[in-house]
Amino acid sequence: MKTGWNVAEVIEVTQETRTARTLRLRLPGLAGHRAGQHVDVRLSAPDGYTAVRSYSVASASPGDELDLTVEELADGEVSPYLVRQVAVGDQLEVRGPVGGWFVWDPADPSPVQLIAGGSGVVPLMAMLRAHTAAAGSASPGGAAPFRLLYSVRGPDAVYYGAELDDLARLPLVDVTVVYTREAPAGSNEPPRRLDAATLVRSTLPAADNPAVFVCGATAFVETVADWLVQAGHSPARIKTERYGGTGTRP
Amino acid sequence: MGIVSPGFFGRPRRDDPGLPPGQYLTEGFPVLSAGPTPRIDPDEWEFTITTETGQVHRWSWTEFLALKQDDVSTDIHCVTSWSKLGTSWRGVSLDTLFESVESDCEFTMAHSYGGYTTNVPLDDLLGGKAWIAHEFDGEALEPAHGGPARLLVPHLYFWKSAKWVRGLEMLRQDEPGFWESNGYHMYGDPWREERYW
Repeated sequence: MKTGWNVAEVIEVTQETRTARTLRLRLPGLAGHRAGQHVDVRLSAPDGYTAVRSYSVASASPGDELDLTVEELADGEVSPYLVRQVAVGDQLEVRGPVGGWFVWDPADPSPVQLIAGGSGVVPLMAMLRAHTAAAGSASPGGAAPFRLLYSVRGPDAVYYGAELDDLARLPLVDVTVVYTREAPAGSNEPPRRLDAATLVRSTLPAADNPAVFVCGATAFVETVADWLVQAGHSPARIKTERYGGTGTRP
Repeated sequence: MGIVSPGFFGRPRRDDPGLPPGQYLTEGFPVLSAGPTPRIDPDEWEFTITTETGQVHRWSWTEFLALKQDDVSTDIHCVTSWSKLGTSWRGVSLDTLFESVESDCEFTMAHSYGGYTTNVPLDDLLGGKAWIAHEFDGEALEPAHGGPARLLVPHLYFWKSAKWVRGLEMLRQDEPGFWESNGYHMYGDPWREERYW
């Protein structure tokens, strides 16, 4: 990782949803990162005021590029700027990537269960992408089954939709999307909240002793982690990342 | 100061002397944990201090509640950049718990139910600077926030205030705990922005 604050350049922006955008940054000198890590982004106003927020890295490239997917919050201070104002060619101050816990290690042969609530899919996407890269190498993790359970409001809120469809066709990868408010057009399944039975049905069984990564808003993560423990998963195998105690990501 | 972000002006300034560098105020109480929330029955709860000689000082929940209780009003600062000012806690001062403890060690490791650990120098636990807290805002501390009881060391980043704390181990030499082994600073002073390695 790079230490301290560094200047990154925005080299590409992609609208993911109506309220979320992926910023591709080039951070000179960076030589890859671990899937699941985050960076801190610092904005500075003309009077010297600064605001710092953390954003998960969505990409898993080995070089000096990083994708951040940022969801705009109605009452946000930093996210509206990143989602609506930043343009290709702009510079941003970045610290990291950091984090040594909520990360997937391609040397780990364990099966992996990813569980995302809304924009919590971002660091898990980095893991899926890293897994795909590892599948083409000799890394033991590349041969491990990977499952994603993605709870999302509706089809309009899905990040990386086309790519997830492609990944789901890979032999080792399984993707289940649960729509909580609005089902896709033509779907026979009405929207519904994720429940314990659905969770158990659509995730790797505890008997497989998978490494489990859960990311989402606090209430989602608390509930899902409790269900997993009740279903027999060892608490030591469940890694969580939560954002916001007030239901929002700062 | 770094590069200016064109068109960024930020929120209206609140010139708050209680806010360390790089922190913003929150009115909520965000939850950050590395894994599932352990549920601990107070009947099975205990708190221990283990010295370098292997001597164990032990308090049951009832014994712990019978100790002198402090009401603490303090600011808390999370390494993820939020700060919350004027929070209210009730708990037992580490000065009280260490009254009968004899040790030459200068360092401690806090251990939690669920396996979490964090290192804190003994000096930072004594002198009215740290508590084992079991109430927040006049209510029993919720499991998600570390209940039945958590360490409260408010002058350090909040990951040092171990949730679900079950004991302190005296150490002759400083050793990294959980987050300290995963990229975070050994000491964690918010006023010096000791966030990461």
